Amino acid sequence: MSSTVALSHAKLPRWAPALVGVVSLAAAGLPAMLLGWGLFAWLVASVLLFLAALPGWSLVVEGRRSAVDRLMTGLVWSAFGVAVLPLVWLIYVVVDQGAQAINGEFLTYSMRGVIGDEQGGVYHALIGTVFITLAATVVSVPIGILTAVYLVEYGGRSKLARWITFLVDVMTGIPSIVAGLFALALVVLIFGPAFRMGFGGSIALSLLMIPTVVRSAEEMFRLVPMDLREASYALGVPKWRTILKVVVPTAIGGVITGIVLAISRVIGETAPLLVVAGATDGVNFNLFDGRMTTLPVFIYSQYAQSTPAGYQRAWGGALVLIAIVMLLNLIARLLGKLLAPKKA
Amino acid sequence: MTATLNPPEAERSEKPASRRGDRIFAGLARGAGLTILLALAAVFIFLFVEGWNGLNAEEATYRPATDFLGYIGPLILSTILAAIIALIVAVPFAIGIALFISHYAPRRLATPVAYVIDLLAAVPSVVFGLWGGRYLADLLQPVHVWLHDRLGFLPFFGPDPASPNGRSLFTAGIVLAIMILPIITAISREVFAQTPRLHEEAALALGATRWEMIRYAVFPYARSGMVSGVMLGLGRALGETMAVAMVLAVTPVATLNVIGTASPATIASNIALNYKEATPSRQSLLIATGLVLFAVTFAINFFARWIVGRNERKQAKA
Repeated sequence: MSSTVALSHAKLPRWAPALVGVVSLAAAGLPAMLLGWGLFAWLVASVLLFLAALPGWSLVVEGRRSAVDRLMTGLVWSAFGVAVLPLVWLIYVVVDQGAQAINGEFLTYSMRGVIGDEQGGVYHALIGTVFITLAATVVSVPIGILTAVYLVEYGGRSKLARWITFLVDVMTGIPSIVAGLFALALVVLIFGPAFRMGFGGSIALSLLMIPTVVRSAEEMFRLVPMDLREASYALGVPKWRTILKVVVPTAIGGVITGIVLAISRVIGETAPLLVVAGATDGVNFNLFDGRMTTLPVFIYSQYAQSTPAGYQRAWGGALVLIAIVMLLNLIARLLGKLLAPKKA
Repeated sequence: MTATLNPPEAERSEKPASRRGDRIFAGLARGAGLTILLALAAVFIFLFVEGWNGLNAEEATYRPATDFLGYIGPLILSTILAAIIALIVAVPFAIGIALFISHYAPRRLATPVAYVIDLLAAVPSVVFGLWGGRYLADLLQPVHVWLHDRLGFLPFFGPDPASPNGRSLFTAGIVLAIMILPIITAISREVFAQTPRLHEEAALALGATRWEMIRYAVFPYARSGMVSGVMLGLGRALGETMAVAMVLAVTPVATLNVIGTASPATIASNIALNYKEATPSRQSLLIATGLVLFAVTFAINFFARWIVGRNERKQAKA
């Protein structure tokens, strides 16, 4: 009798993972009910049980290699599940706690003269956030876009262009507190050691914002088809007008999306503003003189008070801040869709 | 004859006008690029000028230590410990999620998952700090006790008692892990997705399971990309300020114990906690520690980006 080599081996049925899943949930549910575990402990126990049971079954039926494969599949899926947990929990807590703090007074009053358990609000911090972030945007957008133009249209493969690309990437990793210290050193050197101003915060934020703007604008300019530029050159249009009238308008949707995302990144920065713009209880409309509180700094200083009222206000501020950040993200996405070049 | 000669002449006469606009615009663009390089150099120079006095000031400035090394030593220790905890926790998860997005998840699920992870990066650090200090610390407190009871013989978990409120370097490290997860995931995901399709299909055709395909085709290809992703995460963890400042209970005494009642602050959080002491000498001391932090994170980022760039150049050649 000639024996034949089997070309296929035993496999678990397609519904095996689902079955093991249900069984693990049930099996972990029994001690969970008897010992009064929480929902969290029950889920953890079921996942562990699943990770042991399915590879175990597979080991018996399919062999070692498949068992390892199934174990890894299970681990990869649970890694994803575990990572989503903190995000969901954090957002739930912020919304739950923040909603209790927010009302009309909270949004329209500053903290001037607020003592003890009086309500107080974030008005001054909102003003500070808007002013400082806008100033940072005004500084970084022209520099960022012009640099992107240089990299795509003029730099080519020159040494300078390659160094700029590289250092811009490196800059994205600068700790924000270092940007704050730089702005502080600058302000202190020019105006003296005790001077603080909101614009110092804008300088620090621009340092953090410019790399993001450059990278997104550069990417968008590179997507503009060469044909469009060549068609423009063929009509005798000079290069700079081609860039302004053809390249930039074509890419504008992506560029604006990138800018809004960059704003949403820096609007939550705390450390640099804490160091250079300081904190104050009152409203300050002057970017160039005096301390200016922003929303993140407000949250931090309320938290640092360690009183129930302080925590309450910190959560309220956190909800407002998260809402602003998410809104900016949403706007960025919408603008990206609306301003995208029409496809023929 | 004249008809053929005219056009070049006309072109020549128009050239100077258009060229001037071009020169100005090109100059502006190049100037903007140079501004960025100048700004980066300025960061170094200003921190150096302002921080120089902090390196050898009067002894009283360094209280409770007596010199610069004594002052920054415990801070460096804490910074490194927190970053190591963050990496140990974040790297396996980040690589798992990156694999999930690039190779495991059904296509319809992959995009939303990537979006959710990016959302994690959008949460401001101060909110992470608030949540870490008020909620996560409470949740992790029993873990502190457990670690102390079981592994108390290790210098990291003993011999001092475990923190009663969970506001330890351990909790701070976990918060940092959550914060650096997105960057490591993003970079790993990109390199995983770049694995040549043919390598993967060849592995599968030889009978490899999906995990074997990933181990023998994807990981070797993506190794340097993963390393640079981890280094970028390390850079973030070293420089993160608010989350640590808000979670950690601080003492200036150096200790290896990461679950004790208090640890030294990290370099970055120390700056945030002490910026109010505005005496000029103290201020230069803080700026000097900031210079050290900047130099270290700059070197790490420089190296990580260099690895990424080398990889891209290699691929461009192949």
